[in-house]
Amino acid sequence: MNAAPATILRQHLIDPEICIRCNTCEETCPVDAISHDSRNYVIDAAKCKLCYNCISPCPTGAIDSWRNMPADRAYPIAEQLLWDSLPGQIALDQGGTTGAGTEVGAGNTAGETPADVAQIAAASTAGQGGTAPPPWSAAHPYVNLYGIHQPAVATVSGNFRLTAEDASSDIRHIVLDFGNASFPVLEGQTIGILPPGLDANGKPHHVRLYSVASPREGERPKYNNLSLTVKRVTEDHEGKAAHGIGSNYLCDLKKGDKVNVVGPYGTSFLMPNHPGSHLLMICTGTGSAPMRAMTERRRRKFSAGESLGKQMLFFGARSSGELPYFGPLTKLPKEFIDINFGFSRVPGEPKRYVQDLLRERGEDVARLLKDENTYVYICGLKGMEKGVEEAFTALCQANGLDWNSLRPQMLQQGRYHVETY
Amino acid sequence: MSIDYSQKIPNNVHLNDNKTLQRALEHWQPEFINWWQDMGPDGSQNFDVYLRTAVSVDPSGWAHFDHVKMPDYRWGIFLNPAEEGRKVNFGAHKGEAAWQEVPGEYRSNLRRLIVTQGDTEPASVEQQRHLGLTCPSLYDMRNLFQVNVEEGRHLWAMVYLLHAYFGRDGREEAEALLERRSGDADNPRILGAFNERTPDWLSFFMFTYFTDRDGKYQLCSLAESGFDPLARTCKFMLTEEAHHMFVGESGVGRVIQRTCDVMNQLKTDDVAKIRAQGVIDLPTIQRYLNFHFSVTMDLFGADVSSNAATFYTTGLKGRYEETKQTDDHLLNDASYGVLEVNDGKLVTIQAPYLNAINEKLRDDYVVDAKAGIERWNKIIQKAGIPFTLSAPHKAFNRKIGPLSAAKISPTGQVVSEGEWTHQHLHWLPSAEDRAFVASLMGRVAEPGKFANWIAPPARGINNQPVDFAYVRFN
Repeated sequence: MNAAPATILRQHLIDPEICIRCNTCEETCPVDAISHDSRNYVIDAAKCKLCYNCISPCPTGAIDSWRNMPADRAYPIAEQLLWDSLPGQIALDQGGTTGAGTEVGAGNTAGETPADVAQIAAASTAGQGGTAPPPWSAAHPYVNLYGIHQPAVATVSGNFRLTAEDASSDIRHIVLDFGNASFPVLEGQTIGILPPGLDANGKPHHVRLYSVASPREGERPKYNNLSLTVKRVTEDHEGKAAHGIGSNYLCDLKKGDKVNVVGPYGTSFLMPNHPGSHLLMICTGTGSAPMRAMTERRRRKFSAGESLGKQMLFFGARSSGELPYFGPLTKLPKEFIDINFGFSRVPGEPKRYVQDLLRERGEDVARLLKDENTYVYICGLKGMEKGVEEAFTALCQANGLDWNSLRPQMLQQGRYHVETY
Repeated sequence: MSIDYSQKIPNNVHLNDNKTLQRALEHWQPEFINWWQDMGPDGSQNFDVYLRTAVSVDPSGWAHFDHVKMPDYRWGIFLNPAEEGRKVNFGAHKGEAAWQEVPGEYRSNLRRLIVTQGDTEPASVEQQRHLGLTCPSLYDMRNLFQVNVEEGRHLWAMVYLLHAYFGRDGREEAEALLERRSGDADNPRILGAFNERTPDWLSFFMFTYFTDRDGKYQLCSLAESGFDPLARTCKFMLTEEAHHMFVGESGVGRVIQRTCDVMNQLKTDDVAKIRAQGVIDLPTIQRYLNFHFSVTMDLFGADVSSNAATFYTTGLKGRYEETKQTDDHLLNDASYGVLEVNDGKLVTIQAPYLNAINEKLRDDYVVDAKAGIERWNKIIQKAGIPFTLSAPHKAFNRKIGPLSAAKISPTGQVVSEGEWTHQHLHWLPSAEDRAFVASLMGRVAEPGKFANWIAPPARGINNQPVDFAYVRFN
């Protein structure tokens, strides 16, 4: 059971329904990874070096197709040659072992928010002046189903590194399976993890809170699982070496390991559900987890052909390699989501933070803010709050809005949500 | 191999170092622009079009997208990088170093090949010049204009070769390329298919699918040429040509998709009912297909041709994927099957391979063209409609070569003159078919909107949304 976490391969494929078999890609490929028969053009995952040389010459866009696959299960050429259409993205934990099942005992179904959870929640929403009401159309959240004394036991069904191998941060996508235990969550909610063992004072560790990164139907639809986005903490806010108990525990988990989970928590940072509602999302680093959950919820609706309001995302990181979910995000259709990346540590390029992006897109952001169906979500490091507030003030001023009066109004209407740490 | 855009004529051939050539081309340039203004897309010169422009010939640089006015498109001269130690790979000179200059004895044949290829480029722009007025969407309008500017660039590519390597004759030929006119009774384009009209968008999609695909095969065989500048020029043109294949294949596919959708809504295959809904019935699509396929068959030239043998033996024009063929690349003793009518039947006879080089290229083309027709059939199958499109027999409706003397059905049966007269309206688009298709044409120019007879594409261009403003009117 304790196999090392599988590495995820971003497998480069060709969409046989769009490809016109013009041979341009095969001609362009410098390592002969592309070949064809009378039916399909295919890419050998073992040879492809992801140099992207073939991408822009492709006249159809068929070559710009990607699937995340466990490296040992990449689609072989023989299989690709038989395709009439591209298979869908499998859930990352597919084929993994399912959880052994967690019983929900009597007395576990209702509880109070633990003191330390309440404390963290208060601190994280301090930036907006305390908890705001949820959007009027948010689904009703379940909270406090599992307490510290009787946590739910989840099974790890996947643990994948999201950041580039050479990135300074180790950010992971961890999938937890609840077997047949009920653990309903909504996008934007958090769960608590109880790291095993005792702290320096001989007491059990405090609860560690993590935002859920998957939508309500699960990381894999119809499966009783959820995912977390966890950054391995190796230094504190001042940059001094520090070993994060919760994050290192989670990042080191292997498939099949059991985890004690409490919660869920959160009744405010929830997404609207009414048609025509817009999401304006601003995040940095692992603050992307709730945004990923909301975006994925809407992406599935979009794929099912539902008409949706606008999605606009501002996402900051040190570099693209440090940005969790960077690859999948860049592949989302532009008519589905308007994505703005800002990188602060790209050699030779000026630092760009989310607030810079907001200012650049001021006119479009203001247009959204004017719409009462727009809901704003901000999540990430505490340090981003000030810059974002300043950017809002400036872009409002430039576009005939007054942020000082708009902000409290939006808060009161459950349209402005901040969670920072 | 980046392209010098600071010059009047963007190029990656160090034009700056050859003042005579540069002056000659700079003299031709305004004549080209005049031709473009006169014969290029009608009434569209002031539009901002989301075009792909090559900024270098390496993979990262040649697909640069931006809104530009067509007359400001940077037509220029781009050759693929030279291949170190490249050889002549076929014919009598096989194994010799590839030629960097024109061998004197092959000068006129080579010039003829280049002029014939070059003539098709402006011809298709002329054929398509009114289509912008009836585009089914901004997306399609943009694709049309992209095809047009790239045909213009392919003309530049051929004109460069004429100017650079053929002296005064070459310059005169380059001027004549701007003087002939598609469909003109007195001064027509060289090849028949390029004097046909492209009156509607179904014809345009069929043309880009079938006829531009002939262009692809001709370019592929010229890309094998022992004359290295021609090979390198054609190699780069092929990358652009792929876009034209895409426009045709996806265009016809979207017409089929829309028709199938309507057929399923109405639950009928009644042509009159389908037409009443303003979409093109599948039998009409089959007749258009038959027409464009057969017209294109003629572009490959006579089935048995001593010219083709000469071009091959002298190393000027190879076969499709010449270097991937496993024979001796001399073909002196080899034979190849060609068709002839014997005793009221089509039979395959063995001809000397060298004389059948055209037929070999035609056969390679047919395999490729049929594969795409099968992909169209997948759309029909997916919709659950019992109808199959098929390529007609390669001897069907031929106008040149010995097969033109016989009347041959789409299934390859030799039929009598009377039978042909009786049947040909089932096989080829009738005046009524064309009038019906023409009646559907009308400009749709709002982003994201599509004419009723065609489905939207699966993806936008360059990952842009389908409702992107691909053309902005001014």
